[in-house]
Amino acid sequence: MAVKGYVNSVESFGSVDGPGVRFVFFMQGCSMRCKYCHNPETWECRGGQEMTAEEGIRQALRYKNYWGDKGGITVSGGEALLQIDFVTELFTLAKENGINTALDTSANPFTREEPFFSKFKKLMDVTDLFILDIKEMDEDRHKKLTGFTNKNILDFANFISENDKHMWIRKVLVPGVTDQEDDLIALRDFVKSLKNVDRFEVLPYHTLGLAKWKKLGIPYSLDGVNPPSKEELARANELLETASYTGHLA
Amino acid sequence: MQQNEQWQGFKGRLWKEEVNVRDFIQNNYTPYDGDESFLAGPTEATNKLWGKLQELQKEERAKGGVLECETEVVTGLTAYGPGYIDESLKDLEQVVGLQTDKPLKRAFMPYGGIKMAEQAAANYGYEVNPKFHKIFTEYHKTHNQAVFDVYTPEMRAARHAHIITGLPDTYGRGRIVGDYRRVALYGIDYLMEEKAKDHANCGDGTMTDDVIRLREEIKDQWNALAGMKKMAEAYGYDISKPAKNAKEAVQWLYFGYLAAVKTQNGAAMSVGRVATFLDIYIKRDLDNGVITEEEAQELIDHLVMKFRMVKFARIQSYNELFSGDPTWVTCDLAGTGIDGRSMVTKTDYRFLHTLENMGPSPEPNLTVLYSKSLPENFKKYAAKISVDTSSIQYENDDVMKAVWGDDYAICCCVSATQTGKEMQFFGARANLAKTLLYAINGGIDAKTRDQVGPETRPITSEYLDYDEVIKKFDFEMEWLAGLYVNTLNAIQYMHDKYYYEAAEMALIDTDVKRTFATGIAGFSHVVDSLSAIKYAKVKPIRDESGFCVDYEIEGDFPKYGNDDDRADDIAVWLLKTFIEKIKKHHTYRNSEPTTSILTITSNVVYGKYTGNMPDGRRAGTPLAPGANPSYGAEQNGLLASLNSLAKLPYEWALDGISNTQTMNPDALGHDEDERVNNLVNVLDGYFSQGAHHLNVNVFGKEKLIDAMEHPEKPEYANFTIRVSGYAVKFIDLTHEQQMDVISRTFHDHM
Repeated sequence: MAVKGYVNSVESFGSVDGPGVRFVFFMQGCSMRCKYCHNPETWECRGGQEMTAEEGIRQALRYKNYWGDKGGITVSGGEALLQIDFVTELFTLAKENGINTALDTSANPFTREEPFFSKFKKLMDVTDLFILDIKEMDEDRHKKLTGFTNKNILDFANFISENDKHMWIRKVLVPGVTDQEDDLIALRDFVKSLKNVDRFEVLPYHTLGLAKWKKLGIPYSLDGVNPPSKEELARANELLETASYTGHLA
Repeated sequence: MQQNEQWQGFKGRLWKEEVNVRDFIQNNYTPYDGDESFLAGPTEATNKLWGKLQELQKEERAKGGVLECETEVVTGLTAYGPGYIDESLKDLEQVVGLQTDKPLKRAFMPYGGIKMAEQAAANYGYEVNPKFHKIFTEYHKTHNQAVFDVYTPEMRAARHAHIITGLPDTYGRGRIVGDYRRVALYGIDYLMEEKAKDHANCGDGTMTDDVIRLREEIKDQWNALAGMKKMAEAYGYDISKPAKNAKEAVQWLYFGYLAAVKTQNGAAMSVGRVATFLDIYIKRDLDNGVITEEEAQELIDHLVMKFRMVKFARIQSYNELFSGDPTWVTCDLAGTGIDGRSMVTKTDYRFLHTLENMGPSPEPNLTVLYSKSLPENFKKYAAKISVDTSSIQYENDDVMKAVWGDDYAICCCVSATQTGKEMQFFGARANLAKTLLYAINGGIDAKTRDQVGPETRPITSEYLDYDEVIKKFDFEMEWLAGLYVNTLNAIQYMHDKYYYEAAEMALIDTDVKRTFATGIAGFSHVVDSLSAIKYAKVKPIRDESGFCVDYEIEGDFPKYGNDDDRADDIAVWLLKTFIEKIKKHHTYRNSEPTTSILTITSNVVYGKYTGNMPDGRRAGTPLAPGANPSYGAEQNGLLASLNSLAKLPYEWALDGISNTQTMNPDALGHDEDERVNNLVNVLDGYFSQGAHHLNVNVFGKEKLIDAMEHPEKPEYANFTIRVSGYAVKFIDLTHEQQMDVISRTFHDHM
């Protein structure tokens, strides 16, 4: 019996979540409760559209014409690793069809414990690119922001690096919340220690998700926080030395 | 075989034996697959002239959209002496010739209809000399009068109810592209000789209607050619002989085009496919050291500047249909030859580069004839211009070439015709959304409550039954198709008789092929309504007289624009059914019937006259433009929407399937390089599936809202956006249409 995935929605034209033009699956379910989350409707583990990996691939393949030589599929969320069996099946099928695969994750479910760890290694084999969102370097701040430790997240990055897999690192910049200098410097040094980071990008916090929180009736704690200015963004990029990660241009 | 000293260095044979510009191009053009680094910036002369023109455009806007209207002179090839952008700068103009004696001044063109010509001037505070009223009512009939003389009561009722609408009975039909290149390649004298031969060979002496009409037309064409020579003489040019260099080729070609826009105010006055042709002359001069790249670019910049100046006096109802003062000076670039070679030349780059040298502009309507096999460098440059200016559109060369060969031109927004071989009878569109409502309500119009369609039993069931609706809809469409074609037959007959396009037809083969272009409005709403009836439950809400005034939808249904075959199959069925019904009828001059899914900006007006629909669309709101999915229907992003459109076979809608999409720059890629590459991938993917057309806009909603609220900001003076089938300056749209554009789907998933 094929595993069913719970997919919140799909986007046929993803152009920033991995190289080239991509078909993106937004999975249902996430344990983290990041204060700035712009997809709170994906927190619930069930809901959305149920599909098998085969159905997912069939749908994605409708867009193969648009992918050129770089594009492909991306699984995002929610937190995709919560549905690791589905994602592994999906990516396995994708690779059989010659499709480039990218996983956009917070790595929150990652652990070297079994049975997850073996499953993850299988997934890693069929994943071309990991896009990892690092929220905070400081453990306490991370807990405050998301409700969870970041130890396993940093461990995830190290594991990917040890296995020579390609990676993009992302950092969401929320003025006054995730932009402390010491934290940025720590992040800079950590990312520097990783191998195969093809791209390192700062994503400006935006308020587009705000309406969704209101609709879901969840109190939003970042009310009144504005997106970072151009200057603040430039400063973060400079501090993090993001421009030196040029692997994605190859 | 004739030989001319002006043809030195040109190869080939057939084009010297007969009028055959295509053969000349194929034998002499040089494909270019390099990048844009060779391009030159604007010259001082270009900056001065363009600066002056921008001042005039500002003045024009300040005066409510029209700088000046002619009130004393009836337009004609030689109605005016020479005119220049600015008398004191006239030596700087590399390409000369204005429609009237002054820049941006609108000519008085009464032949389409004297009332309209008077109203158009009155709209802007000008009063046409009253003597013309007498002349064009008592002494000479106009096209508009003639059409209304022959309309049947049924035609008038359908027109009044707006079920067939936007008809070219109150304005020129346009959409005829003369082969203006012929003037440059052959000179007027040879073209006159050829027309004289055609006249001599027309008929065997038996004077049938057809022969009489054609003989008169050929004579009119011959006269128009003679008039063109005189017109050019006023500017100090003798165009009787072929052009001898690039500057003359550009000027001769422009004189041919100027003759058209001096004599006709058609809705679309396209210039055609001229870049590859002109490149042959420019390259010869560059190779011989006669001109520099700066001078080559200056020629194209100045030619384009002239295209940006084409103006017509329009009436209010026309402006509501086609907002923003469009003229559809459509100018085609790129494409590929039958032999597989890319037809991209350096001059195709030079045309695109005008949008950098002189900034974005809605006219000329620059159209890239796209194929996946075009050189990568060119595809990227075009995409870059799209990302920067939102001023160009793309059409699928692979599907059009199969039908029209490799020398077709776009004659309006999106419709192809073979250059110099074909003309089109433009016929606006039928509102199929209204037709569906007629099917439900027994042929009674929801808006006027008149019995417009044939009287049938209205549907009385509690829930709409798909099969019953389809049966009745089919019946109403059958009626509409017949009425529509016959109404157009009357219009085209009278246009030929009273407002014949002699100057354009003089530059087209005498043995011309004709297409008969019908069109569909309300496409997506019919598809979604039928899908709702089929896949959800639709309960009509009836007023006390039993008339369906609204619909309650219970449950979900697939919508067109999501790559869902359940809805898209209905779309394909609808198109096929409609064109089959159109084809049953006799069309004027045995023209080939075609159809389009293209509304231009008239979707707003058509929507006003259309009631509540079973897909949930509210009465009076704009229909989705062209073949676009309905607003808010696209749930799976841009490419899903494109895939739905790509399912509509171009062969069934040879007049074009228009699609307009807007992408937020941030959703198109991180930086310019990514945006360009991603856009090329989108175009490759879309067109390789056989889709026909794509208007590409790259901007966010915030920019539109800001431009609407602050039109005075300098950065919005030339802010150009693509709408269905053409481009406009956003600030020139009516408020209603600005709101319509803002409410459309923006692909901005991040």
